[in-house]
Amino acid sequence: MALQANIGTAGLGTGVVERLAWLRRVTPGTWLVVLILLIMPAFAGDFVLFQVFGWSFILGMIGLSLMFLAGYGGMVSLVQMTVAGCAGYMVAIFGDSAITTISLGWPWYLAIPVAVVIATLFGTLSGALAVRTEGIYTIMITLAIASAFFYFTRQNYVIFNGFSGFNGVLPPALFGVDWRQPTAFYYLTLFWAALGYAIVLYVSRSPFGLALQGVRDNPRRMAALGFNVTAHRIAAYAFASVIAAVGGILLVWSNAQVSPGTAGIGPVIDILVIAVVGGLGRPIGPFIGALIYVLLRTFALDVLVALGLAGERFQLLIGLGFLVIVFWSPDGVLGLWDRLRARAERSRDVFRVNAGRGR
Amino acid sequence: MRESVAQRLSAASSDNALELRGVTRTFGALRALDDVTLSVRPGERRAVLGSNGAGKTTLFNCITGDFPLTSGTIRLFGEDVSGFPPHERIRRGLRRTYQISLLFGRLSVVDNVYLACRGVSRGRFSMVRPRHDDVLVEAALNLVEAVHLTDAKDTRVADLSYGQQRQLEIALALAGAPRFILFDEPAAGLSPTERRDLVEILGNLPGHMGFIIIEHDMDVALRVAESVTMMHDGRIFKEGTPAEIEEDPEVQALYLGGGNA
Repeated sequence: MALQANIGTAGLGTGVVERLAWLRRVTPGTWLVVLILLIMPAFAGDFVLFQVFGWSFILGMIGLSLMFLAGYGGMVSLVQMTVAGCAGYMVAIFGDSAITTISLGWPWYLAIPVAVVIATLFGTLSGALAVRTEGIYTIMITLAIASAFFYFTRQNYVIFNGFSGFNGVLPPALFGVDWRQPTAFYYLTLFWAALGYAIVLYVSRSPFGLALQGVRDNPRRMAALGFNVTAHRIAAYAFASVIAAVGGILLVWSNAQVSPGTAGIGPVIDILVIAVVGGLGRPIGPFIGALIYVLLRTFALDVLVALGLAGERFQLLIGLGFLVIVFWSPDGVLGLWDRLRARAERSRDVFRVNAGRGR
Repeated sequence: MRESVAQRLSAASSDNALELRGVTRTFGALRALDDVTLSVRPGERRAVLGSNGAGKTTLFNCITGDFPLTSGTIRLFGEDVSGFPPHERIRRGLRRTYQISLLFGRLSVVDNVYLACRGVSRGRFSMVRPRHDDVLVEAALNLVEAVHLTDAKDTRVADLSYGQQRQLEIALALAGAPRFILFDEPAAGLSPTERRDLVEILGNLPGHMGFIIIEHDMDVALRVAESVTMMHDGRIFKEGTPAEIEEDPEVQALYLGGGNA
């Protein structure tokens, strides 16, 4: 639908009308979701804003960077959470934290861009190592890089402050706003998540995005059309790394700290789970996956206790949820949704056999 | 006529569209291509015939760079491209089709052709969406029309029929002003009507566009080609006009012997 934009339809009206044509394709349901998200702070409590939605948007962004690589590029990278963690570390090192012996205390307008650039370089280099491999080997290489980063940060005390990492990493009080205050943080994360989502959606139909999907479907043919497949894949890693880096900085701000565990093997796998559960088919998938993950993570304990079971078994519930979704729908919640809609449409068509096409 | 073919073979001039010298490709102990020397003038239409395993598709894979050479050189429009990766050769005007369609199954027909147009132009990494009046979008739509797929232009390629996929395969090869095309069995699996269409499409290519066609259907091959190269066991063993090849007793014994191949 939205992905079918631009190509093909002959221009009828003026340039402006054409350029706004995409607005007409936005469904009422989408408008409703946008509206609810915008007015959420009016009726949701601080906990829901900060802990549920703020966290979901952040994990969704990091999942989105994986979705871009895996869904459009066919490259399952486990390094995206590490790129996010790297950006978080860089913000703590170049900017302010409670560890004043290491943190350089640069102003935010220097520290943040430098952090994003370094994390992007790190992600791009990881990609350059991984792109010559396929499938399981890409997963292995990126997992190796992720665990190397984890162990390195844990053992290095000079730069990364070892096991304890950095605490007191706070967002700058830009415009006099305390951005860690729940409502402000909600809008901050919503803004960046929505921007990341929109950019990925837009780029998916650009020459770069289309070519990446071509590389996914048939790398050999892409080379036979004049594309440098390796360069395209590395560029995709660079693009995805920027999104992951921004997500990582927001993640560190939300926790006010960064430590090796931020990008440990657990969180690295969680991002994969989030992206797969949500669905790799469209950019909205990881956000759905992140919301499900955060809800399970937050409330599974209460549910278990209410049922008279031991609360510490909440991971089991997350695992079961993952299993159930992947078992019924290999392409995640998005796939489930698409199939339900296709079925609804089919049954509608049965009633309108001669009344033209459904939809 | 025989002389002119011989002249072409001996000509070492850089004017040739394609020139192979001593091209050898081995897979372990197997010499899939054995000292192949071949030159094709710009605009020339050549058929490469030979039984299965004669090395025809390997020849294509070596020309496009999909397989590196074991030894020998390949010149494209006078330039030595032996060490070039495939995409660099494509950007110099070479195109190919594949025996088994290699398409982008999850993209639409017009997106497939658009990628083919984009691959040999600038802005391959552009993150800006193309406008409606983008020249490449228009070029893609024209090519889709040229291979009679306009009605299916928004269809996902995986949902196309086999014949339509073969037509799309040709459209991809024609994108972006090619100078020389390699057709790998374009008629395989097509119905008689589709074959007639194909011969028409190939016959209507602009005069400067040379090609090599691998084809088992002698009818198609001899109708579109002006010269023929016979391959056997990785070697070239005969070259000539279609008429000469058809009459050659050795060729008849080896290839046409069993009737209409």
